[in-house]
Amino acid sequence: MSGDQERHELEPDVLAERAELVDAEHDLGEQELSVGARRAAEALTGVAPEPGVAKPDAILVADGVVRQFGGLTAVDVEHLEVQRGTITALIGPNGAGKSTFFNLVSGFDSPTRGKWSFNGTDITQLAAHKIARRGMVRTFQLTKALMRLTTLENVMLGATGQGGESLWRAPLRFLWRAQERDNVTRAEELLERFNLTHMRDEFAGTMSGGQRKLLEMARALMVQPDLVMLDEPMAGVNPALTQSLLGHIQALRDEGVTIVLVEHDMDVIMSISDWVICFAEGRVIAEGRPDDIRRDRAVIDAYLGARRSLKEDPQ
Amino acid sequence: MDLLSILSNSFRGALGPEAAIYALAAVGLNMHFGYTGLLNFGQVGFMLVGAYGTAVPVVAWGLPLWVGILIGIACAIVLALLLGVPTLRLRGDYLAIATIAAAEVLRYIYRSEWAEPLTGGVFGITQFANDFYDLNPYSSRLDLGWLSFSPTALWVMTVGWGATFLACGLVALLIHSPWGRVLRSVREDEQAARSLGKNIFSYKMQSLIIGGVLGALAGSLMAINTQALTPDVFMPILTFYLWTIMILGGASRIMGPVVGAIVFWFLLTFLDSFLRQIIGDGLIGLESSDVGAIRFAAVGLGLMLLMMFRPAGLLGNQKELRLDVR
Ligand SMILES: Nc1ncnc2c1ncn2[C@@H]1O[C@H](COP(=O)(O)OP(=O)(O)OP(=O)(O)O)[C@@H](O)[C@H]1O
Ligand SMILES: [Mg+2]
Repeated sequence: MSGDQERHELEPDVLAERAELVDAEHDLGEQELSVGARRAAEALTGVAPEPGVAKPDAILVADGVVRQFGGLTAVDVEHLEVQRGTITALIGPNGAGKSTFFNLVSGFDSPTRGKWSFNGTDITQLAAHKIARRGMVRTFQLTKALMRLTTLENVMLGATGQGGESLWRAPLRFLWRAQERDNVTRAEELLERFNLTHMRDEFAGTMSGGQRKLLEMARALMVQPDLVMLDEPMAGVNPALTQSLLGHIQALRDEGVTIVLVEHDMDVIMSISDWVICFAEGRVIAEGRPDDIRRDRAVIDAYLGARRSLKEDPQ
Repeated sequence: MDLLSILSNSFRGALGPEAAIYALAAVGLNMHFGYTGLLNFGQVGFMLVGAYGTAVPVVAWGLPLWVGILIGIACAIVLALLLGVPTLRLRGDYLAIATIAAAEVLRYIYRSEWAEPLTGGVFGITQFANDFYDLNPYSSRLDLGWLSFSPTALWVMTVGWGATFLACGLVALLIHSPWGRVLRSVREDEQAARSLGKNIFSYKMQSLIIGGVLGALAGSLMAINTQALTPDVFMPILTFYLWTIMILGGASRIMGPVVGAIVFWFLLTFLDSFLRQIIGDGLIGLESSDVGAIRFAAVGLGLMLLMMFRPAGLLGNQKELRLDVR
């Protein structure tokens, strides 16, 4: 403790600031729900915390989705609904099938059986790029930066409905110059938001692992999706930036975007999600508000572990 | 040893019709590999259908040459579709296998007895490009003293380099557009491009067609240049010269194939006349029949040195190459 004391004396400002920040975060978590959070909470009142429960306004509905790899059943979801305008977290042990479920619904993998719909239309057979165009965009657990494109180009790629992406219009610059300029403006805003402005004209391949996570998220948002699926967006991102990322994610929800994210950091999950779905061995074993999940027997057994839950839950 | 004549030969090789033709075909290959990441090991197949598409209609059906050139382009589009539709949805290596096989199969078909009424089989066909030479505006040799070109060579060079630079200009326009951005993203990571709503199959197909058509145009010019066409001109090794040219100049650089072709042909003709001279002077105990093999061995050695000291090619962005794949 005396060592800490000395350090404290050396840099009192920084430490005090940090302490304030922690307090502020705490307050943020407890009072003053944002518009989106309140809206989400209202929408989800009365929804029972049980696996496969129906939601009042579901943007994504999966039915009997099964994916087998040889003898292994990676995903076996009987029924799952994601409420529009919420931050829904998918949790579960490693190998529970969260990423595989992402791959299935986003069209990157085909199911053994089952179907799902997005915004009310069945998209089971739809190709991945068409699903993305309909407004459901995903990021990857292992980031996929486009190495030899600049950071700006990476983000620009996300823009939809680009006239200059057709072969016939491409050589005729005057046909798409104005649109390109608008897209650059929007891309620069996103870079700003994710602290990547200084990397604007660098190759994405020169980025650090954490920066790539940010880039991927910025790129996904460039699509202006209705639903974003983020596969461990916070992995490898430093704490300060995680805080601001969480802020961005909440701001997105407040704008009406639905967010599904996979995350292993329970503090993150508990602080931002409106609804939590727990996977284990491919199945949905529990669903509910963060507080329900924290106390759920099945989740504690399969994922949180008994000790961890004690520490998490003072009551 | 006559250094001036060696240099004169080398420059004639570097600027001559063949260099232009190879450059044009390599621009197409650069579209495939440099910008889209497609592994096309059968560019010579596109050249073959372009060349025969040009010559056969003239000889067999008496059509004008320009119609032949259009037919050559159409053949390349058909070939691109045949190759692309089954393989472009699969992993990249499938296209590589399909292209290398298709080019060889085509060569055997065109030289078969069965195709002889049209293609002349192994004997080939000649004298189909008179339309082209009738248009030749040059009437006298270009004579720079130490370097000279015949009027016909000049005419083919004008058209060949003209077409090559036009192709480079078109590629530059395309690549620096949103279309080109999608293409390059497909090269970097197909899944990422797909997750952002891009139809990667369609882009790969478009790239395969554009590059294939450029290959077919190069084939047309090759046929026109010699006025004689036999299938065995289109050996698989030709594709690998084109790869050498592209890598030498720098893949995914607009002017890479042009610089590559000039350097490749300069080295090749330089070594050829240099070796012939020293063999003629009795300075070295080799037969002149060895020259062909030795010059290619030397080009290979040169390429290895280049890869060691300038791995991204002469024009390449060395920084790009240092990006590690994480
Ligand atoms: N392509 C594949 N071939 C065979 N098995 C696979 C494949 N992809 C996933 N699996 C298996 O499916 C199961 C679920 O994997 P998945 O990647 O969905 O887990 P996850 O929940 O995302 O785990 P993590 O939290 O570690 O990311 C694992 O047992 C994995 O081994
Ligand atoms: Mg995963």
